[in-house]
Amino acid sequence: MSQEILDGLAVIVNEVAGVPVEDVQSDKSFVDDLDIDSLSMVEVVMAAEDKWGVKIPDSEVKNLKTVGDAVAYIAANQ
Amino acid sequence: MSREVVVTGLGMTTPVGGDVESTWQALLAGTSGISVIDAPWVAEQPAKIAGIMAVDPAEVVERVEARRLDRSQQAALVAAREAWAQAGKPEIDPNRLGAVISTGMGGLTSLMDAYDTLLDRGPSRISPHMVTQIMPNGPAAIVGLEVGARAGVHGQVSACASGAEAVSYAARMIQTGRADVVVCGGTEAVIHPITMAGFAAMRALSTRNDDPTAASRPYDLGRDGFVMGEGAGVMVLESAEFAAARGATILGIYGGAGLTSDGHHIAQPDPEGLGAARAMGFAIEDAGLSPTDIVHINAHATSTPQGDIAESVAIRGALGDHTDNVVVTGTKSMTGHLLGGAGAIESVFTILALRDRLVPPTANLVDKDPEVTLDVAAGAPRALPTGDIAALNNSFGFGGHDVALVFRSA
Repeated sequence: MSQEILDGLAVIVNEVAGVPVEDVQSDKSFVDDLDIDSLSMVEVVMAAEDKWGVKIPDSEVKNLKTVGDAVAYIAANQ
Repeated sequence: MSREVVVTGLGMTTPVGGDVESTWQALLAGTSGISVIDAPWVAEQPAKIAGIMAVDPAEVVERVEARRLDRSQQAALVAAREAWAQAGKPEIDPNRLGAVISTGMGGLTSLMDAYDTLLDRGPSRISPHMVTQIMPNGPAAIVGLEVGARAGVHGQVSACASGAEAVSYAARMIQTGRADVVVCGGTEAVIHPITMAGFAAMRALSTRNDDPTAASRPYDLGRDGFVMGEGAGVMVLESAEFAAARGATILGIYGGAGLTSDGHHIAQPDPEGLGAARAMGFAIEDAGLSPTDIVHINAHATSTPQGDIAESVAIRGALGDHTDNVVVTGTKSMTGHLLGGAGAIESVFTILALRDRLVPPTANLVDKDPEVTLDVAAGAPRALPTGDIAALNNSFGFGGHDVALVFRSA
């Protein structure tokens, strides 16, 4: 299940920011490792909400430091 | 103490070509870039034709750039990269590098698309890039970021004179010592049902829908309005001193600019062409030339019944009897009218005409309007004299903006 979300998230991050799919790993930080700026993060969140039918409030987004954080949140809330 | 300004790089993407040379060869061959718009919405539009960019800029820029940028910004980036590469990507202190890229209408299509999203899916689905896509300074900012400009990034807004005004402002930045190199020009991409309907409501557009390539016909008796085009033109201007020090190839010399306003009507040209004539006179004076030095004019010539005559009157007002010795062309006959991009691509055309000593023909000029008392190139390219020569590029905009630029051969 988590692997499916990770794979889906990798596709989204690639689409939004051009980061190679294989670089999007659980331990990677969106900001420090993948160079996702705040605008791109909004796009990632929007696409994730659409794909998995979850709601990720802004108050939660700031806690999603790594790709793994996002995968866990989506898995727990979808 | 004014510093001489030279042109060292050119870039373009237009309805007749995806770069400078393909566009230029198409113009010399008299090729039209106008076609019927391939979209379901044209069915109810009075004007169903336009000059769509020959090469989709979204396919040229990086995929992520295409996603983040308005189409006008994509076009500006394509043209800027070509111009910057031709200039040899000058190594320069970023604090001495500027960018001035204009647009007449900004990211209007992105705004309309976002409004559709707002209505369909609500405010939470608006792209975080929407604001920077629609802001009229967006193209200047994008190009400024591309080259790393820190001397200043600006966008002049004067409707269809915007692109020319950008070039004049860029030259001013160099002349006054604010910058040594400025990437400048204009862009537009607003072919959308709302703009087509709006310009049609003004009765400004040609409705020759059954014969698109013949629709834009400046100075011809059969002209019935302009044809919308899209694309961008960019040039690299630099101080002659800086260019010489780095051994840059000089493509042309920026002569001067004249900027006036009609004070006549929001959208109609002054039939006496007084503002336009004054702009041309000031440009020639600013270049330190006299009217008899001008051998060629890339005219605004949009193919509207009133505008073409008003410009003819204005040219004669500015140049007097010397008008008979000047080869005039209306390249919008082939590219359509790029609005805020027009003055920029036509500045590039003017530089190329001086470089090759060749004036592209005005397409579709078959029955010349007798009220137009100009020597208009038609049918085939016309040769320009050897030696030091100079040319004018005219741009006029809704709002009564008159901008004339003078360029000299290298």
